Amino acid sequence: MSGANDPYDPKQVAALSAENLDAAVQKAREAFAGATDLEALAAVKPGHLGDRSPVLLARREIGALPPKAKAEAGKRVNEAQSAIRTAFDERFAVLQVERDERVLREESVDVTLPWDRFPRGARHPITTLAERIGDVFVAMGYEIAEGPELETEWFNFDALNFGKDHPARSMQDTFYIAPGDSQLVLRTHTSPVQARTLLDRDLPVYVVCPGRTFRTDELDATHTPVFHQVEGLAVDKGLTMGHLKGTLDAFARSMFGEDSKTRLRPSFFPFTEPSAEVDVWFPEKKGGAGWVEWGGCGMVNPNVLRACGVDPDVYSGFAFGMGLERTLQFRNGLPDMRDMVEGDVRFTQPFGTEA
Amino acid sequence: MRVPVSWLVEHLGFDEVPTPDELAEAFTRIGIEVEEVSPLGPVTGPIVAGRVVEIEELTEFKKPIRYCKVEVGPEQVNQIICGATNFVEGDSVVVALPGAVLPGGFSIAERKTYGRVSQGMLCAADELGIGDDHSGILVLPTGTAQPGDDAMELLGLNDTVIELAPTPDRGYAFSVRGLAREIACALEVPFGDPGLAEIPEPEGEAWPVHIEDRDGCSRFVARRVTGVDPTAPTPWWMRRRLMLAGMRSISLPVDVTNYVMLELGQPLHAFDASSLSGPLTVRRALVGEKLTTLDDSVRALDVDDIVIADDSGVVSLAGVMGGASTEVQDNSSDILLEAANWDPASIARTVRRHKLPSEAAKRFERTVDPALAPVALERAAKLLNHYAEGSIKPGRTDVGVPALPEAVSMPIDLPDRIAGVRYARGVTARRLGQIGCQVSVTTSEEGQTIVTAVPPTWRADLVQPADLVEEVLRLEGYDTIPSVLPPAPAGRGLTEQQRRRRTVWRTLAEDGFVEVKPFPFIDPSVFDAFGLAADDIRRNTVGVLNPLEADKNVLATTLLPGLLETLQRNLARGAKDVALYNVAQVTLPRAQQVPVPSLGVDRRPTEAELASLLASLPHQPLHVAGVLTGHRERAGWWGKGRIATWSDAVEAARRVGAAYGVTLRVVASDLLPWHPGRCAELRVGDWPVGHAGELHPKVVEALGLPKRTVAFELDLDALPLDDHRPAPVVSAYPPVLLDVALVVDDSVPVQSVSEVLGASAGDLLEDLRLFDVYTGEQLGEGKKSLAYSLRFRAPDRTLTVEEATTARDAAVAAAGERLGAALRA
Repeated sequence: MSGANDPYDPKQVAALSAENLDAAVQKAREAFAGATDLEALAAVKPGHLGDRSPVLLARREIGALPPKAKAEAGKRVNEAQSAIRTAFDERFAVLQVERDERVLREESVDVTLPWDRFPRGARHPITTLAERIGDVFVAMGYEIAEGPELETEWFNFDALNFGKDHPARSMQDTFYIAPGDSQLVLRTHTSPVQARTLLDRDLPVYVVCPGRTFRTDELDATHTPVFHQVEGLAVDKGLTMGHLKGTLDAFARSMFGEDSKTRLRPSFFPFTEPSAEVDVWFPEKKGGAGWVEWGGCGMVNPNVLRACGVDPDVYSGFAFGMGLERTLQFRNGLPDMRDMVEGDVRFTQPFGTEA
Repeated sequence: MRVPVSWLVEHLGFDEVPTPDELAEAFTRIGIEVEEVSPLGPVTGPIVAGRVVEIEELTEFKKPIRYCKVEVGPEQVNQIICGATNFVEGDSVVVALPGAVLPGGFSIAERKTYGRVSQGMLCAADELGIGDDHSGILVLPTGTAQPGDDAMELLGLNDTVIELAPTPDRGYAFSVRGLAREIACALEVPFGDPGLAEIPEPEGEAWPVHIEDRDGCSRFVARRVTGVDPTAPTPWWMRRRLMLAGMRSISLPVDVTNYVMLELGQPLHAFDASSLSGPLTVRRALVGEKLTTLDDSVRALDVDDIVIADDSGVVSLAGVMGGASTEVQDNSSDILLEAANWDPASIARTVRRHKLPSEAAKRFERTVDPALAPVALERAAKLLNHYAEGSIKPGRTDVGVPALPEAVSMPIDLPDRIAGVRYARGVTARRLGQIGCQVSVTTSEEGQTIVTAVPPTWRADLVQPADLVEEVLRLEGYDTIPSVLPPAPAGRGLTEQQRRRRTVWRTLAEDGFVEVKPFPFIDPSVFDAFGLAADDIRRNTVGVLNPLEADKNVLATTLLPGLLETLQRNLARGAKDVALYNVAQVTLPRAQQVPVPSLGVDRRPTEAELASLLASLPHQPLHVAGVLTGHRERAGWWGKGRIATWSDAVEAARRVGAAYGVTLRVVASDLLPWHPGRCAELRVGDWPVGHAGELHPKVVEALGLPKRTVAFELDLDALPLDDHRPAPVVSAYPPVLLDVALVVDDSVPVQSVSEVLGASAGDLLEDLRLFDVYTGEQLGEGKKSLAYSLRFRAPDRTLTVEEATTARDAAVAAAGERLGAALRA
């Protein structure tokens, strides 16, 4: 080592020579490259970037140089140190990526392991269908009306223009409520909601009513004594059977696809006149696209309007009704009605919460 | 109603008869439902008429077998084995010869059977595809055919039967006459109406008849035929038509009445006049009167039944079934024919009361053309005259005044306005004329064109403009009606209640419950299994008069019986971990039963009438219930599972409340069928809305359910629609978290402690959570330690620990004061 004021020849300070500095850089690069993980890299780091590393030791010698040589030597040392730092950083980055990848690799699991810890629930497909139909009509500006399942005969029959002893009453195999003269029944259709709606709401009305209905049919593959219908009713000025047809067509498209449509066949219901059966064109019908019986409809009988205090000379209306089980049966290809009522979870579960 | 095409087209002026399918299509288009189109046959090969020459009875077999010589052509006799015994030597029969193929691909060949060679088969009607009579072989009336005649033509096998189901408003369509008219309208062909045939002027009465009950009988017509040959057979053509229509041939007089009914739609009754004593009276039955009807059953009559009586008493249940004592017998030769118009509603009630549906009653219930009676009688009398040499007496009884349809007027464009179609000029008047109306067109004072239609006698269903509109629309074709969406009104969407119900429905499914829909019919004995007290409110049920299953004869007051039965079914089918739910109405009788008011339909009920009508119905709230058994969380590679407990039921109920927007409070309760120590009552405020918990071990045992089955049930309609949900103020300042452990008596419910802490910790308390419950020796007997974590936060500043501690201490002090809670040492 030289004293501070000694005359100094930089060429004699070997540590600051370009050759030595280059060698130090080269050694550092080799050492870093030789480190195979972050730990090894950390271990070799002090020898090349630490206080006692060759380049830092060389820096100390700069002070002993004559002023004119200081700048040049300083620059050389800075460059060397920067080169080593860069080499370190690059190597560090590479090893860090390698380490991260390895950790992720080591943490991998078999994601195909099943997870059925919480059993799945499901809604009944009839519920989902009823909601869906409700949504279709709400989108058309309708509202959803409701009514009780145990009804007065007045609402279920009288107000709907069923004569007291007309055979149409016995067409609907009715569950009667005890005692025999109670004048109460389990509603045979959702149509009593028509009368309730007209008595309850201001005109015009546009409503649908999905609900549970009852008839004394023995349970078999195609019948169930407890089933569901959706009722539609619109009463306004100037409504025509063309409007009924248009509404049914829109309904059919929403249920069975854009290619669907409806066909009306003359029929009889006491509460509509004219009346019609509705067939729907079902593109996915078993054995090829075709017509399927879907429900009944017609123009609200003026007698029904009158019983509810609506002037049939001013207002007209249409009504329609479809069976939900039946709709589901042909739409989803369900072979047996009993599956819908027995409550076997294996039937309902695949429908999930949205069918 | 089954009609052979050959009969249907008899009165129609077709240049070329359409195919059965074309006819069926026409019926469908105008609103007569077609149930089936059944071509007869197919029969191919040699089928001939034969004459039985000789019968040899073979006795060596278990059943009677006949070996017959049958003449099947000139000089040709075949030997044929036959198992039927309803024929004698000399009878004319139908023989299928070897080579013939009968319906169903049944080939006839010469073969050996019963030890003899059989050269053909003697045919029964059903084997030929004519009707369903298999009571014996077909024996043709003498003189119908000669041996060897082609039976195909004779039997009319080249025909098709169309089965139709006219709607109940169209009584006229339950006849060949009415159906032919429909086809005439649909296909625009001329129609010769057999119901408008001329009848001769009578001379005097046929029989003295008095109508006492004019409401029950609007017209009664009688005609008498004497000297009827009781042995005269029904001609083959008539038997064939009856068979094809699904009716059995009985005797000529009975067959004639049935035939005329099928053809014209007027049911007739034939009395044996010699059995009648004195004048006939039409009246309601008297108290205690009885009648032995044609089917030999003794019927106790109701004072509402319309009857025909003579001096001996009741002789006929009018319009429904005749009496046995005056029935036409094998030897009857003096016949009184009756045709009447009975009150449809009375007939319907009698049919229901006596459970006696009949072809006649079916037509009377649907109204019979009041002009038809004398025409139908004339037709029947002539047939008896022609085929049984009866002599028609000149008298005709015709009493009563039938109501005729009244004129209906409407603006002539009403059909256009209802259909949304502009029909061609004249269409409305033309179509109404076509169905038999007398039509006139006038102009009202306002200048409106009015069409007035007097409906024909057979159209009692046409009473208002809408009825005329339907006739025009259906005959013009519903397929001409356009498809137009009405202009959309501005709807309000789902109601608040509907939206929340949907959320409940979805929440339980998302939470692992499977929705089921059991029937609402329950067996009241389930309440014994539930252990309910005799006066338990849930035993107060509404009964069903005519249940499908005799023991399930009441409507559910709770959803649990249906759910538990469904649970049992799933378990029986091998399920282990099951969570079910059901959302449905239950039926709860009112404490005071309000009688159903008697309301008309000619006007809107008054508000008071409406209120009493609505009040007469039982209360029918919407309930939601669920049951759980087995694992709530399954075991698996992740570790252990967790069996469902009372707390899962309570939690499900709370989630329902949350989905509905209300917080349910829980208090301990003791209500069967729940376990007395594991039953929670759910409340909104202090208002009970349902229960949840573990089922009582005895109930579980009685119903054969897995141990520890849990359940909940809530009255959804009892949950308030709380609209007031203010947005919370969310503070961004840091919280202070403090824990506290309180020791209380075991008997103190956790909810009380939580409520006191929550209410007493002041506004700074943001959250309170119980994180541990500890019991042990250190605490002493009958004590428990409740560990809570409390989170405090100020809305406007960083809270200091001192402030939070003060608030916590206040809460702890309140719990100490009110519940005896002590800080755990």
